[in-house]
Amino acid sequence: MQQTRTVELGTGLFVLLGIAALFFLTTQTTGTGMGRVETYMVTARFDNIGGLTARAPVTMAGVAIGRVEKIELDPERLDAVVTLQIDRRYDQIPEDSEASILTAGLLGGNYIGIGAGGSFDSLRDGDEIYLTQSALVLESLISRFLFSQSDDEDDD
Amino acid sequence: MRLAAPEGNLIELRGVCFRRGDFRVFDGLDMAIPKGKVTAVMGPSGTGKTTLLRLITGQLKPDAGSVRVGDYEVPTLTLGRLYEMRRQMGMLFQNGALLTDSNVFENVAFPLREHTRLPERLIRHIVLTKLHAVGLRGAARLFPGELSGGMNRRVALARAIVMDPDILIYDEPFVGLDPISMGVIVRLIGRLNQALGLTSVVVSHDVRELELVADHSYLLAEGRVVASGAHRELMDTDSPLVRQFMHGEADGPVAYHFPARDYGDDLFDRDQAHR
Amino acid sequence: MGLIREIGDTLVAFLRALGSMAMFLGRLLMYTPAGLLRFRLVVHQVHNAGALSLAIIMLSGFFVGLVLGLQGFDLLARFNSENVLGGAVALGLIKELGPVVTALLFAGRAGTALASEIGLMKATDQLSAMEMMAVDPMKRVVLPRFLGGVIAMPFLVAIFTAIGIFGSWVIGVAWMGVDPGVFWSQMQSLVSMDDVREGIFKSVVFGVAASLVAVYEGYTAWPTAEGVGRATTRTVVITAVSVLILDYMITAALL
Repeated sequence: MQQTRTVELGTGLFVLLGIAALFFLTTQTTGTGMGRVETYMVTARFDNIGGLTARAPVTMAGVAIGRVEKIELDPERLDAVVTLQIDRRYDQIPEDSEASILTAGLLGGNYIGIGAGGSFDSLRDGDEIYLTQSALVLESLISRFLFSQSDDEDDD
Repeated sequence: MRLAAPEGNLIELRGVCFRRGDFRVFDGLDMAIPKGKVTAVMGPSGTGKTTLLRLITGQLKPDAGSVRVGDYEVPTLTLGRLYEMRRQMGMLFQNGALLTDSNVFENVAFPLREHTRLPERLIRHIVLTKLHAVGLRGAARLFPGELSGGMNRRVALARAIVMDPDILIYDEPFVGLDPISMGVIVRLIGRLNQALGLTSVVVSHDVRELELVADHSYLLAEGRVVASGAHRELMDTDSPLVRQFMHGEADGPVAYHFPARDYGDDLFDRDQAHR
Repeated sequence: MGLIREIGDTLVAFLRALGSMAMFLGRLLMYTPAGLLRFRLVVHQVHNAGALSLAIIMLSGFFVGLVLGLQGFDLLARFNSENVLGGAVALGLIKELGPVVTALLFAGRAGTALASEIGLMKATDQLSAMEMMAVDPMKRVVLPRFLGGVIAMPFLVAIFTAIGIFGSWVIGVAWMGVDPGVFWSQMQSLVSMDDVREGIFKSVVFGVAASLVAVYEGYTAWPTAEGVGRATTRTVVITAVSVLILDYMITAALL
């Protein structure tokens, strides 16, 4: 009996520790924050999304405010329609804000940065961000640099 | 439930053939084991005594012939019916085969816990009674590793009788025991058979110990029964093969040499055909 | 000619082993519902496979975390990306190293114990004795041990991974001075629920594989001292190889 009790106690502790570890992994290491928090969706169209993937972060002034929900190709206009899932807390984003696809570090993944506009109306669920800037694709950047020499008129 | 026994024989084997690879272990074996008696099955090593037990318990199936235990025709049984039959059998393994991770008490209680839903108090009562019968009630809390070989076998015996079987099978119960333990086991086999109304089958090659317990003996050789009868009769027989075995003579009908090609040929490796 | 025959024989032997192991698994799965009802037996085996492996799992997890922290920091510092250390280590541990290394340690600690225990029970006629007592050793001995291993593995993997992340935190944050907030937030933005699910899925698959190999090798071992020794060796080798192959297949399928 004594032995059985030790076994059961040890097993109980083990299982408890295991569940605690699972809990830690599922809540602390993942960005499930978006799952629990209320969100709203906006879309944005890009000519070229470069290496952007679903679940990439959406940031504003460097702060993560949401994620890329899905990326689709518009079969008629042949451009990319990116759906952004944004935290409900940030519902004061001006509707004339600009979405750009940026790269984190030299080797980092792509993410979307939103630059604030000046309008007093803010984006609502289902709205579209009209001002967008596509990804900078390294190859086209290089060829542009080579062939147009110092005609730099990028960044507008 | 008791095993039915027509004609007074509880176990009957008829025309049993069993092959292992190309080797014929049994070739038309007939044997009858009477109810309520102690029957000895003897034979030189390698004559398939253990195989015979496995055929009776249904762990092996014969290639031909019939094995009947009570009403059960063993080779045709489904696993469920086989287990039903085995609940009415106890078996003592050569080395006891106790569960090494449980103590003596739990070993004897094992069949009860697996097959019944008896209250703990009753289990304790039954187990201690059986342990007392083999003289090891005091060792209930010890583990098999702490017991001598003879004590291990006595615990296994208590376990074999804990479900009150009709048949008790002993596989080489005397091997590797000191004379005192041997005497204890011999006495237990006889006493248990009488007290519990068992039918016992003892497989062994220890002729002298069997003389003390066996009512009836079979001698196996070359896949058949070569002699059977009361143990005393077999001792006094004049068949050379039976004499050789019963009196332990080195050479005789059972040759001292394993079959081999000619000695001279072998030594000088003359005959290549055998390759 | 001899070589071709040898290769053929090896292939046939391999297929037979695979088939018999699959049938063995089928039998175990068929008995599983009834086996789970014998809660006590399973708990005992969760204890043997899990609780008794805890020390080695935690110690190994911590040191793997430390090493990943050092190597990761060194590598990422070359790209000025030390900030993603937490995410990189967590991702590697959750998706790959946690399940794989835990399964390998499990094979060495619990798998060998299972194989040799069952093999010795067979060699000492304990399994035959059970059959004679009308108790099916598959249900009474093999199944609880298999289930114990399958249940214990995901917990072991989670513990290993969590401790590993802590180990990399010790290196990255406490020693190398990565900002703790950045460490965690980068981890959270990099690791998704899908990654955790992949890790859990792998741990379940590896748990089934490692436990199956161990009980199968023990149950089919030759009932001799040498046979049991071979069974334990084979347990480690076969588990290691099959876990790595399965890992590749799952990873490829999920990407």
